[in-house]
Amino acid sequence: MSDAAVTHEGHGHGHVAHQFETVEQQREAGQLGMWLFLMTEILFFGGMFTAYTVYRELHLPAFELASREILEAKYGATNTAVLICSSLTMALAIHSAHTGKKKWQTMMWLVFTMILGLTFLGIKLRFEWYEDYIHHFVPGLGFQYRPEWSSLGSQMGQVQMFMCFYFFMTGLHALHMIVGLGILTVLLIMTARNRFSPDYVAPLEISGLYWHFVDIVWIFLFPLLYLVGGRYPH
Amino acid sequence: MQERDQHYDIIVPVRTYVFTFLALLLLTALTTAVAYIDLGPFNTVVALTIAVIKMMLVILFFMHVKYHQGLTRIAIICAFFWLGIMMTLTLSDELTRGPSWEMNPSPWSALLPHIPHIVRFLF
Repeated sequence: MSDAAVTHEGHGHGHVAHQFETVEQQREAGQLGMWLFLMTEILFFGGMFTAYTVYRELHLPAFELASREILEAKYGATNTAVLICSSLTMALAIHSAHTGKKKWQTMMWLVFTMILGLTFLGIKLRFEWYEDYIHHFVPGLGFQYRPEWSSLGSQMGQVQMFMCFYFFMTGLHALHMIVGLGILTVLLIMTARNRFSPDYVAPLEISGLYWHFVDIVWIFLFPLLYLVGGRYPH
Repeated sequence: MQERDQHYDIIVPVRTYVFTFLALLLLTALTTAVAYIDLGPFNTVVALTIAVIKMMLVILFFMHVKYHQGLTRIAIICAFFWLGIMMTLTLSDELTRGPSWEMNPSPWSALLPHIPHIVRFLF
């Protein structure tokens, strides 16, 4: 589809910081800088994915049982869809600023993105973490084993290990979402103050990269946590 | 090159975003549906393959990497290469030792006796 992409023409040279020669060079530097940050984020989350892989290999039966018995695939799938919608609205926010649409359009897409981000966190808190808490599924907060898990024998303790991974991985992801919502608030104010033009959308683009990255992390968390070992009757 | 200067000022048409979005929703439905079918160890393989395809869609279209060459792509490839080092070295240790290894060796263990032959064949 690359031929369908249109190169933006007729930009001036406003907003070029003195260390850059052209607008393009400035954009390239900004985006590369963001990608370098995202590299550190990939390795940051990568450490947890590696630890998860090791423990899953060591205690697969416990991980499969914990995932099936405690986590609900429907909430995970719904939240995946919510995040994918928010990635679309984020891309459309950047698109409308970049093509010089009215500022209320950009602001509308940013607000949609924030609403979807809050929906994600709301589903997570109300239907998942809160329910886990009242059902004693949170390690360290009165965790209780269920009698029907006794088939695991001496591996039953690893159900708690799975829940530790679940809370740390989804918790760090949620923290990134909260940071993203803060960034979106700043972008909304900047848009309201007419800070962006078709020549200058760098803060929007760079924040978009971050938002899509957080989406990608969830794309992996969903199958690894919610669908471990399948959901067919065992 | 004329286009070189404008690589970072690409406007992607809205329909590209919408198609990417629809493909991502479809793949989410697919990965959820496949989890309800018993494929044995291939459930994980299918789930991760779909996750990688979804990641590629997001990176290429939403993050515009399809329209960028050079440094951006090198940065991404480096990140995944380092992630690969971390995972490979950790797992090559972890999968080949410990009590759980002796009690229920992973499928990889079938490969181990053949490794010297493979190395001799290659070099």
